[in-house]
Amino acid sequence: MGRRIGARIVQAVVVLWVVATLAFILIHAAPGDPFGYDAPSVTPAVRAHWRHLYGYDRPLGTQYVLWLRNLARGDLGYSVSMHEPVRDALANALPRTLYLMGVAVVASFALGIGLALFQVRRLGTRRARWAGAVALFFYSLPDFWLALVLLLAFAYWWPILPAGYPVDMVMHGYMAPWPAFVDRLRHLVLPALTLTLLTTAAVARFQRQELLDVLPLDFVRTARAKGLDERAVIRRHVLRNALIPTITLFGLALPALLGGAVFVEKIYAWQGMGWLAISAIGMRDYPLVLAAVLVGTAMVVLGNLVADLAYVAADPRLRVG
Amino acid sequence: MAEPLLAIEDLRTYFYTAAGVARAVDGLSLAVAPGETVGVVGESGCGKSVSALSILRLVSPPGRIEPGSRILFEGRDLLALDERAMRAIRGRRIAMVFQEPMTALNPVFTVGDQVAEVARIHARASRAVAWKQAVAMLDRVGIPAPDERAREYPHQLSGGMRQRVMIAMALMMKPALLIADEPTTALDVTIQAQILELLAELQREYGMSVLLITHDLGVVAETASRVVVMYGGEAVEQAPVAALFAAPHHPYTRGLLAAMPRLGLLRERLQTIPGTVPAPTAWPDGCRFRDRCSSAWERCAAEHPPVYPIAPGHESRCHLAHEPARRDGPAAAGGRAVRA
Repeated sequence: MGRRIGARIVQAVVVLWVVATLAFILIHAAPGDPFGYDAPSVTPAVRAHWRHLYGYDRPLGTQYVLWLRNLARGDLGYSVSMHEPVRDALANALPRTLYLMGVAVVASFALGIGLALFQVRRLGTRRARWAGAVALFFYSLPDFWLALVLLLAFAYWWPILPAGYPVDMVMHGYMAPWPAFVDRLRHLVLPALTLTLLTTAAVARFQRQELLDVLPLDFVRTARAKGLDERAVIRRHVLRNALIPTITLFGLALPALLGGAVFVEKIYAWQGMGWLAISAIGMRDYPLVLAAVLVGTAMVVLGNLVADLAYVAADPRLRVG
Repeated sequence: MAEPLLAIEDLRTYFYTAAGVARAVDGLSLAVAPGETVGVVGESGCGKSVSALSILRLVSPPGRIEPGSRILFEGRDLLALDERAMRAIRGRRIAMVFQEPMTALNPVFTVGDQVAEVARIHARASRAVAWKQAVAMLDRVGIPAPDERAREYPHQLSGGMRQRVMIAMALMMKPALLIADEPTTALDVTIQAQILELLAELQREYGMSVLLITHDLGVVAETASRVVVMYGGEAVEQAPVAALFAAPHHPYTRGLLAAMPRLGLLRERLQTIPGTVPAPTAWPDGCRFRDRCSSAWERCAAEHPPVYPIAPGHESRCHLAHEPARRDGPAAAGGRAVRA
């Protein structure tokens, strides 16, 4: 087991390096650079000076080697667009994303699995069909569209919720602990709701199919023959088996925990990782883009590893010896 | 026969499929006395397994037990019970052992857990007590080192051990009736004999009745005291084991016996029954076996044979009971074969 994990870590480092290198090449191949923007005071001479100051005038190979060397030391570079070290920009954005995505992922898996159970228990009834239709409706919506519609509905037509930002940018610092907490929750509702509605539908559809695949298996009949009631049959014998493939889905959702949701964060001005990545790309902020890519890749690798370990824990047939 | 423990009367279980109504079980009647082992024999598709599932009311849609069917058990009609009362019977008064011990056990729970679950449901035993009982039961069905085995998962056990686990699970509450649906079909021949012996031994010990469903007349000969031969969803012949083997009446039973491989006759060609079981969506009118029967005549197409008494405890659904002279085929009787 230890050796397998060791091998996976080596593999992870290689994957990270390959992805980082590709990202480095791609972002430098894109037209423009961090000082490409137009402003009356930015003359070509000023631009050249800045480029020299930050080392962007050196040969690309040299920049790459320097970047890798600094990365190995844990130095992610300086973000020109944020006017702070990349490390600080990440330190601000990561907790916000983790908070939003954590709530959304947990809520959508809990609701999605619950909805699937409801549908399977009441198979063929009108209510189950309605639940399925509603899930399909949300499943087929684009995230940016749903975000905009919810924003329009609950922050403009019927303005009961704030339109953006993780907290009230002006007043939050002056609030007592309880109002500050409520303020945080109120800002969370719309972005979390958007993400939850979309993911719940996907989880429910997946989980429902998994439950339906397990339902006709022989051991379910055995469980009924023992005298278990249908509720216990589904909850204990069917769900426990049908949750195993869901681990993969959960593993796939993990990268989003730190990677963020680009459109939803952008629309709700939620300054998390997705928002940071989009603005970094727009500003050609090389070190910041690369850092965001690295974080995303690391989470994909980690999510896969966690999913594999969880598989072994959940399915005794995969345990060795 | 004394007051039967189980009496199935005119059981009809139909499946409403796109291809039509499949009458998997269509008018089955049989009885099992306390302490008796009854073998139910027939080819695949004759309705044996569906009958077994019908007794426990575990037929899932599109299958349905038709109104008018009766399954009397310990004096009550199981088909009239509500779901709650039925659950109290499943696993406690009537238990079932299935054919495939690999797929019939839940892969993600230890076998000890799965056996103990029965006591937890029906005896409301605590986790610890149920576990202890489960280990004792695993020991009783001949599983070595039951303490350790109980903590293992189904995939870690051999086929024979898994079937012993299934038997332990079935016998936890000392049921009055054990339904064994092809309990040895998936096992090696040597293991088969051990499992059959174990079942016979436990039956004597607990004094329970056993309904043994099999396609293997050899298994029936070794274990059952009475045999019910099923064809086309109904019982075509019922007799004590000795009588059935010595003097089979129904042409289908004779065909089955002739198709049995026997030691000492290795060089002889194995006989087969011509044709296949008709689809349950379209049983022929009259006798359901007539298309495959060498003795069939006009009456077999015209009239569904009733149950004819042959001897005490011996019944047959064949018009030959009425007109024995036609036994040797149309030529002997001066008639002609009727092929629908």
